[in-house]
Order: sequence, then structure tokens, then C-alpha cells
Amino acid sequence: MSAREEVLGRIRTALGEHRPVVDVPPVPAPRSLAPAELLDLLAERVEDYRATVLRCAPDEVPATVVRGLDLALGGGWAPADVVVAPGVPAAWRPSGSPEDDGRPAVRLAAFAATLTGVAAAVAETGTLVLDGSPLSGRRALSLLPDVLVCVVEAAQVVPDVPDALGRLDPVAPLTMVSGPSATSDIELQRVEGVHGPRTLVVVLAG
Amino acid sequence: MTTSADPTPLAPGAPRSGTTFLGLPTAPRGVGHLRGTQSFPDAARTSLRDGQLRANLGRATTTIRGKRAAVVAEVPHWEQLRQAGKALKAATMARLDEHLEELERQVTARGGTVHWARDAAEANRIVTELVRATGSDEVVKVKSMATQEIGLNEALEAAGIEAVETDLAELIVQLGEDSPSHILVPAIHKNRSEIREIFRRTIPGVDPGLTDEPRQLAMAARTHLRERFLRARVAVSGANFAVAETGTLAVVESEGNGRMCLTLPQTLVTVMGIEKVVPRWEDLGVFLQLLPRSSTGERMNPYTSLWAGVTPGDGPQDFHLVLLDNGRTAVLADEVGREALHCIRCSACLNVCPVYERAGGHAYGSVYPGPIGAVLSPQLTGVEDNASLPYASSLCGACYDVCPVAIDIPSILVHLRAEHVEAQPRPTAEAVAFRGLSRVMSNPRLWHLAQRAAGLGRFLARGRPTLPAALPPPASAWTRTRDLPTPPGRSFVQQWTEEHRR
Amino acid sequence: MKVALFATCLVDTIVPQVARATATLLQRLGHEVVVPPTQACCGQMHVNTGYRREAVPIVANHVRAFTAAEAVVAPSGSCVASIHHQQAAVARRAGESALADEAEALAARTYELSQFLVDVLGVVDVGAYYPHRVTYHPTCHSLRLLRVGDRPLRLLRAVRGLDLVELPGAESCCGFGGTFAVKNADTSTAMLTDKMADVLSTHAEVCTAGDSSCLMHIGGGLSRLRSGTRTVHLAEILASTEENVSPTQTTAPAVPA
Repeated sequence: MSAREEVLGRIRTALGEHRPVVDVPPVPAPRSLAPAELLDLLAERVEDYRATVLRCAPDEVPATVVRGLDLALGGGWAPADVVVAPGVPAAWRPSGSPEDDGRPAVRLAAFAATLTGVAAAVAETGTLVLDGSPLSGRRALSLLPDVLVCVVEAAQVVPDVPDALGRLDPVAPLTMVSGPSATSDIELQRVEGVHGPRTLVVVLAG
Repeated sequence: MTTSADPTPLAPGAPRSGTTFLGLPTAPRGVGHLRGTQSFPDAARTSLRDGQLRANLGRATTTIRGKRAAVVAEVPHWEQLRQAGKALKAATMARLDEHLEELERQVTARGGTVHWARDAAEANRIVTELVRATGSDEVVKVKSMATQEIGLNEALEAAGIEAVETDLAELIVQLGEDSPSHILVPAIHKNRSEIREIFRRTIPGVDPGLTDEPRQLAMAARTHLRERFLRARVAVSGANFAVAETGTLAVVESEGNGRMCLTLPQTLVTVMGIEKVVPRWEDLGVFLQLLPRSSTGERMNPYTSLWAGVTPGDGPQDFHLVLLDNGRTAVLADEVGREALHCIRCSACLNVCPVYERAGGHAYGSVYPGPIGAVLSPQLTGVEDNASLPYASSLCGACYDVCPVAIDIPSILVHLRAEHVEAQPRPTAEAVAFRGLSRVMSNPRLWHLAQRAAGLGRFLARGRPTLPAALPPPASAWTRTRDLPTPPGRSFVQQWTEEHRR
Repeated sequence: MKVALFATCLVDTIVPQVARATATLLQRLGHEVVVPPTQACCGQMHVNTGYRREAVPIVANHVRAFTAAEAVVAPSGSCVASIHHQQAAVARRAGESALADEAEALAARTYELSQFLVDVLGVVDVGAYYPHRVTYHPTCHSLRLLRVGDRPLRLLRAVRGLDLVELPGAESCCGFGGTFAVKNADTSTAMLTDKMADVLSTHAEVCTAGDSSCLMHIGGGLSRLRSGTRTVHLAEILASTEENVSPTQTTAPAVPA
């Protein structure tokens, strides 16, 4: 008998003839928040992870992205240091920054910073979701450079994790990002910055 | 929640349910890390004397308890979420075969390959062969309880393949030639100074001026592993969840080492216990709220990666999923004990357990320590192979209160104690005593005689309010550190009955 | 109200003054107390040690002893929790469904002392006087199985003369755990050591609780240390009055000599 047949057979034996019937209670709905409250909550929760949040009007995104890069990289950065996800609107990009051209993923490590959009953002938990689309970029893009700048638009912000899941494609390569890379492995104290980007800047437009 | 009828009544001497009765194999001996070399009381006796360990554990668990309590209190509907999580897990287990078949179909449809492993040895063989086929002699690993459980690193090493642990705590344990003592934070028993010493001793080219500041230690790990990530061709991971209807796998982590392993290599092998499957995509919405708050005490962990099969141009192009039994179906056969399979490995029960906090994780002898380990390990191996673990609890109930899926750990502990007692081929001295006591306590006349006999103990005290410290075993286990009050001449019931005779 | 007192095997045999205090208190509040003479044990120690089959006759004896009782009160969170959560289950597992049903019905009218006073009788001030510095240890089974909450504290706050001091780390187990204290004596002692340190840090004269088993453990350790801090059951404190400061218990240190 194959291992597959054997394991499935064991499960059937274990459960026997009379399998439990389980009623799953409804999952409570997240608290309802007005759109403005949603953005305030997202900003507060993202900052709680020691990420930088820069709020701006939709037409101020380009200038705010530059400000975020200044904060994260110091004054001396060049547009060539920043790699941009291919679906990021031209207007948001620092002029002269290269687009991810599909080079071998490990070579993305040469860039100092990445600029992407997001697929959704969760206010309650301060989480950004990247979905591998041109706007979010492939997974390695938001992983290897040490600074990650994400632009979040107001319409992308949802109250809680279940709302975000409802908007996402379950078979896309998804990354949920809540603050910069961190560890609690030493005395269970949180320290920001291990293998992923050590600096996260969120540009919140709207 | 409704469940099937109560367990079938058992006549004395009837075959017991569970592994013996249904013949379902438990995790095999000689492979993996589910069995210790000492009983819990013996192992604990050693660790309890380690003041450094006690201080490290006390400090770390106190920190995390506070963080968890704060973020859980933030969620007004936490109890409802918890009950939903419990019910979802119970419903999943009731149809586990169907969900696994669906998961296999979906993963395969998206370009992955699914393997089934009856036990640790078979899983190790599958993974070793998959790595060999790539021609690589090293793999990078994401912290995974399943691969710890089966002893995969040792199996790979025996095949000439180096396994590099990339989680900071796992790295500390691996570099220190130590073993994990906590589900979430395997190096919880080490403090910052001890970790600095391990790094200074074992990381080639590490800055000799390395301080014990946690951020500096994390940076040293980053530097040490960076090059390994960039050159790795094969990664091995576990999975926190797998969604049957979509074939989506989920890994929840903090440092980004998980993302490195799940994203950069060409080949990814994920080893997952069969109980990790959840039926629907929306079920993740419940568990992704429950897990991080219970685990690291955060609203959300820094990184959660979700993937289904293979995505062209993004991440590994060769994906294998190994579905592991290794005793889980034997656990499933026990109608009381199967709830232990609901565990989502958050480790909240370890952090609140007064026994874990003092004895430490190594005393449990298994990769699964603490309260959940005390119910899971004996069931995976068969109770007799971990017979002291169900007793490694004062039944204080703190574990149940914090469990995000409301596993009734105290009740399972008590159940497993009975399974152990009932598995003895010959009556032990303890069993003889308890049976005798049962006869006495169910017969008022005998009970009153026994109470009078106990009252005679006061002659040992010779007028003192407490009995002498030097009593024979098993009473000596008590009187070694605590006084026993001198029993009175007459019980309350006897006094009262005499007073109210008329 | 006619109240049947379940002394519990440990109180009855080792610390009868706790049952006496419970009876005195209930009588003082105007209730009739009966003590069914055939009572013995709830069966908890057997169940928790793995002897669930052997517990069944003990459960049967308990149910027989209290079958006529209108309400049952016991000065123990742990035993009442066992009556509520274990008795019917072990009977049912053994195929004794009639016994299980009776045990369930009896459990529904069985109360831990502080629950009975606050929830059933609706009293918080029981008219007690106890001029001592006291700290309260909420025992695990009172706290987490019975969910007695702050009832004992409310009762203690209403006691005249009593100086109630908060116990640090109150919700941590003292390490008793029945046969755990013997089977895992070293771990139990480590837990006890930390509990005693917390108790002594309060500089209380008295550590009280709703369970004599835990108090015997903590008190046994404190006595061995010759610490001078003693353990007194909640019922004994609530039974004390100005007229009779020590009706059933001593206010002297636990180990005088």
C-alpha cells in the first residue's frame, strides 16, 4: 500500500463510523470605523512597530516618497540606489530610478531601497499586504534591499485581517508585512531589524 | 458545538480505545526527538538547581505574559474568536482525510508535488532524496517544529548534507550544540550574555568587540547568514497552515529568514504535520488573528508568507510538500486526546505554565515542551514511552485559559494519566493503595475507621503541632520540604455526629 | 435555609476546625446546618492521579450521602470544581449513566463557600471581626475552574479589623496539585518557594485561601521555615467575631515551640 493510502486509511480508522458533527460559530465582525478613523488607526498601528509613517494628500505622493527616502537613506542617495516595482505609477517614482527588470533575485540585494505599492493594508494590525502583482513586485524585491518604501492609498485600507483576505487572490504569492524585520528571540524582547528590510517607510495617501 | 455520543463504556478488562485497540502506529523509536532519556522528575531535578536558567526563564516568560495579555485584552471578541478557532479545528479533524485529498489536488494543480510520509524515517528519506536530486550539499532551514520532531537535520547530516538553521534562536541552539527548549523561542533558556559567548566562540570572523546588546547580536546573525541565503539552492520549511480549497501554504515569522528561504532558492521542501490543514481560505482570518497575539504578543508578526504551488518568475520553481503522520493518526483515534492536534504552536501555554517556568523545556525530553508537550508527546509516542509527562503538571489550568483554540489541556492530562494507569499489566504498589483507598472512601464505616487510624498519627508528633520531618516514603517526598500538621484525634464529622446524636 | 455541609476528606481528617468554622458561620447567618454522616470524599484525588474507574464508587458514596440535600456547601474550591466537572464524567465513562445524572443534579446544587455566601445568600458582610494583616491566595481551582472571581476578596474587605494586603503573583499556582506534590516533589517545592517568597514579601501575619489543601502546602512550607506567618482558611476568618476572636482557630503562630 502507498504511504498516501495508508495515512488516509489510518485517518478513516481513527475517526471511525460516527464522525463528530461540529457547528462552527460565526466569526465576530471587526469593529466598524469611519474612513478617517481607519487611516488614523493604520498609521498608529504601523508606527507602533517602529516603522515611519508619512501621511499626505494623493497628489503629494511623489514628494513624500522622496522625503521618505531622505529619512531612510540620509541625504546622499541617488535615484539609481532605489529599485521600483514595475507597476508603480510613473508619477510616484523618483526620476531616474530603475524598474525591477527580472534580473536574478539575489542581485536585488545591491539596491539600497525598494519602492512598491500594496494590495491591501489592515488598520487593526498595522499590516501591509504585497501580492506579487506589478504594483507590489515580486517577493524578493521587498525583501533584499535594506529600506522598503510602500505607498498605501486610502481605498486599500481595510479594518481587519479577514477583510484583507477577502480582497486577496489566495493563489498569488502573498507577503504580509507588519513593520520592519524583527526578532524576539533574545530574552523575548523585540528588536527591530534582522534579515528583512531594517527600515520600513509607509507613505499613506488620502 | 455538538459532538458524537459519549465514549463507549468500557467494561473492566475490555480492550482500550486508542492505539492498542485500533492498531494505529505511534511515532517510531530511534528517530526524531519526541522521547527524552530521563523521566520528567529526574530531568527537572537537575534543571531546578540551575539558578541562571531559572532567572532567564522567569524573566523571559514574565515579559511575554505581559505582552500577550495586553494585545489580547485589545480584542473585545477574543473569546468568540477562540471558540471559533476551536470549532474550526474540531470540524477539520472530523473530515481530515477529505481536506488532505483536496489540499493535494490543489497543490498539484498549481505545480507543486505532494509526498506522504507515514513516519519520521520516511519523511527524512523523502526530504534527503529531494535534496540529493538537486545536487546541493547544503540547505537553509526555516524554524519548523515538524522537522525538529523527525530529526531531519541529523538525517541530512548523515547523508552528507549540511542543514543551516536561519531563525536566530535556532541558530543560537545549533551553534551552541544545544537543543531547543521552547516552541517559539528555542533558546529561551539562554540570556544575552550567554548568546554573545556562543557567537564569539562559533561565528568565524565575528567582531571580537561584540556586546550583549540584542540589536548587535541580531546584526551579527544577519551578517553571518546573508551570504548563505544568497547562495542557497534548496530550502526546507515547515508550515503554520495549509488551505485545502486553494492549496495555499502559510509560514508565520518575524525576522525575514523565512522569506529568504521561501523566496530565494530554486527548490523548496515543506514538511507539514497532517493536522495543519484548514479547509477554507477564510479560516485563515480566524487563525491569523489568534496566533500572533498568543505567540509573540504582537497584533501581527512582522512577516507572513503565503504561497500556492509555483509562481513563474517569483520564488522557488520546484515545490514539494511532505505530509507527515508520525503518530498523529494515533492521536486522532483518541476521542479525548485528539484535541491536542488542534494546537497551532503559539507557545502561550508554555509561557504561563508554572512548571515550565521552573523546570525549563529540556526537562520534557521532547521537542514539544510545556503543557501542550505533556499531552502531545505521550500521545505521539504512545503513553508508555513518555509516561512521566502527563504528571508534569499541577493541573492549575493556566494553560487552558490562554490557549487560543481552547484546548482543555488539564482534562487531557488527567485522561492520559488514566491511560497510563490502565495500561499497566500488573497492579503497581500505587494502584493497590488507590484501590484500597477507593474501597475505604466508598464505605462510611471503613472510612471512619481509617480516619481514626490517621488520628493515631498524632502519637508520632508527641504533642507537637506538626509531624516529624523524617517519615518513610512516600510521605517523605512531602515532609522533606514541608511540615505536615498533626492530625486531630477525631474528625469533624465524628465530632458533629456525636454532638447532634439526640 | 437548610444547608448540608460537605467537609471534604482532607478538612474532615486533618483540619476539622475549617469545617467547624463553616458550620458556625452558616448558623450565625441564620441557617440550619446538617452534616450527612456517611460523607467521605469527592473522588478528585483518584481521578487526577489516573484512577478514574476507582473513583466511581467514591462518587457513588458522595451522591448517596447528599441525595436528600437541598443545597450543599463545601469549604473547598477544588472539591467543588471536581464535583462540577469530574464526577458525572467519570460515572458516564464507566457506563453508570444513572449515577452520572444524579451527580450532575447534585453538582447543580453544590456550592463553594464564597459563592454560596455571595451568590445564593447575597451577603458580603458576614459580621466577622479579625484584627490581623491578611493576604489572600486565590487557589487555581477556585480561580480558573470555578471562577469565584473576587468574591472571597469582597468578603474579606467587609471583615472588621482586617488589614488586607495584595499578594504579588497571586494567580500563580502554589505547587500543591494533589499527588503532583509527591510525584514531582522538586518542581512542587520550587513553585512553593516562589509562592512563600511572595507571601512573606507582604509581611502579612496570615495567608488565607479557599482551599485547605493549598493552605496545608503553603503553611507546611512556612512552618518549616519558622517564618511566623501562618495559613488560615477563609471560613475561619469569616467565622471570627468580636465576641469570640478565636472560636475555632488559634491566633498564635503555627509553630509555637
